[in-house]
Amino acid sequence: MRDGPTGGFRLAVGAATLAALAALWYLATTATHWIPGAYFPTPAEVGQAARQITFQGYADGKLWQHFLHSSWLVLLGFAAAVSIGGPLGMLMGWSRRAEALVNPTFLLVRPIPPLAWIPLAIVWLGLGDAAKVLVIWFAAFVPAVINSYAGVRSIEPHLIEAARTLGVKRWMFAREVLVPGALPLVFTGLRLSLQACWTTLVAGELIGAIVGLGHVLYQAGLDLFPAMILVGMVSVAVAGGLMTAALGWLEARAMPWRAS
Amino acid sequence: MGAALSRREFIALTAAGFAGFFGLWALVAASGLVQELFLPTPAAVARKFVELTQQPFVGYTLQQHLASSFGRFGMGFALAVAIGVPLGLAMGWFRWLDGVVSPLFDALRFVAPIAWVPFAALWFGTGIGGPVLVIFAGAFPPCVINAYRGAKYVDRRLVEAAQTLGASNWLILSEVLLPASVPSIVAGVRVSAGLGWQSLIGAELIVASSGIGYLIVKGQSNISTAIVMSGMIAIGIVGFAIDAALRRLEARIHRRRGRG
Repeated sequence: MRDGPTGGFRLAVGAATLAALAALWYLATTATHWIPGAYFPTPAEVGQAARQITFQGYADGKLWQHFLHSSWLVLLGFAAAVSIGGPLGMLMGWSRRAEALVNPTFLLVRPIPPLAWIPLAIVWLGLGDAAKVLVIWFAAFVPAVINSYAGVRSIEPHLIEAARTLGVKRWMFAREVLVPGALPLVFTGLRLSLQACWTTLVAGELIGAIVGLGHVLYQAGLDLFPAMILVGMVSVAVAGGLMTAALGWLEARAMPWRAS
Repeated sequence: MGAALSRREFIALTAAGFAGFFGLWALVAASGLVQELFLPTPAAVARKFVELTQQPFVGYTLQQHLASSFGRFGMGFALAVAIGVPLGLAMGWFRWLDGVVSPLFDALRFVAPIAWVPFAALWFGTGIGGPVLVIFAGAFPPCVINAYRGAKYVDRRLVEAAQTLGASNWLILSEVLLPASVPSIVAGVRVSAGLGWQSLIGAELIVASSGIGYLIVKGQSNISTAIVMSGMIAIGIVGFAIDAALRRLEARIHRRRGRG
C-alpha cells in the first residue's frame, strides 16, 4: 500500500476538488447552459432560494421553523425509543427468560423497514406530528434494543462476578455495572439509528406534513423549483450532521472514563 | 448473566412469546376497543394477503407489485455495486483519487437517500429511473466504504510482492486488492442491499405507479389497514429473503477461504 495521505495534502486536494466542482457547476449551468435550468439550478438561483426561505419563508414557514420542527420530532421519537428500548434491551441481555419471551416479536417485526410503517402510522394517527413520532420511534426502537442487549452481553463476566462477590444490591448493580458496561455499544446503536430516524422523518414529511424540512422538499418538487430542492437537501444534510455531532458530544459526556 | 435455559424452557418461552404477540393483537382487535377498520384481526390480514395474491389491487396482484419493485431494486442495487466497489478499491489504491473523491463523498453521505426523491422525479420521472436513483443513493455508500477499507487493509507484503514483480496498477487492483478484500466487500454489499431495499420502499411510497410501496400507500388512502399490513408483511418477507441469500453467500465465501 502507498503511504496514507498526510493531513495537509488531504485538505488541499479536498479544497481544490470542491473549488473545481463549484467552478464546473457555474460553467455548466450559468456560463454555457449545458445543463438546463429546469433540471439543475444555477448558483445564483440557489443563493436566492436560500435567502427566500431564510427571510420570507417557503412552504408555510421560514427555514429555522422547518428546521426546529423536524429536529423536535426526531428528538421526541428518538428519546421515547431510547428510554423504552434501552431498558428492554438490557433486560433481554440480562435475563435469558426475558430474551426468549420477547425475541419472537422482534423476529416478526424486525425485517419490516421503518419506512414501511409510515402508511400504517398515517392510517392510525393521521397526517399530523403524532404519526411521524410513532414512525421515528419505530426506526430507533429496534436498534436501541439490539445494541443495549449486545452491550450487556459484552460486559466482561469477571466484572459481574466481582460485583456479585461484593454483594452489590440490584439497583446499584444495574446503575454501576450494567448501564456503564453497555453504554459504548448503546451509543454505537444510537448513532446508527439517528441516521435511520432522519431518513424516516424526511420520508414521512415528504408524504404529508404541514411544516418541516421534508415538507420543503415536497413543496419544491411540486413547484418544480430545483434551487429550493437543493436548498432543502443541503438543509437535511446539515441538520443530520448537527444531530450526529450533538450525539457525539453527549457520548463524550456520558462516558467520561473513556475520554483520553 | 442469567443461567442458560433448558431446551424445554426455551421452547416454551418462545412459543409463549409468539402466542402473546398474536394473542394480544387478536384480543385487542376482537374486543372492539379499536375499530376493525384500523386494526383487523391477524386472520383478517392473512385472508387479505391471500386475496391480494389472487385479485389485482390498483392494477396488479401482489406478486406483480413485488416483481416490479424487485426489478427496480435489482437495477439500483446492481448499479451501486458495479460503480461503488471499483470506485472504493481504486480509492484505496490511488491516493489522489482518495483525496478528490473523499470530501465529496463525505458531504453527500449526510444527505438521506430519501431526500433525493424530488430530484429523482425531476430528472428521471416516476417510472423506473426515479426510484432507481433513490435506491442507488441508499445502496452506494456501503459498497464504496467497504471496498475502500478492504483495499486499505490488505496485507502490505502481498502488495509489495506484486510491485516487486512489476505488476501494473491494473493488475494490482484486480489480482491483489480485489480478491483480498472480498470479505469486506461482501459485508458491505449485504448492508447496501438492506439500505437499498429500504430506500426502494421510501421511493415507492412517494413516487411510483406500481410496486409494493405503492400498494401500501394506496391501501392507506383507501383506509384499508389489512392491505397496508399485507404489504408490510410482503416487504418484510422479501427483505428477509434478500438478507438471508446474501448471508449464505457470505458464509460460503468465508468457508472457501478457510479451506484455501
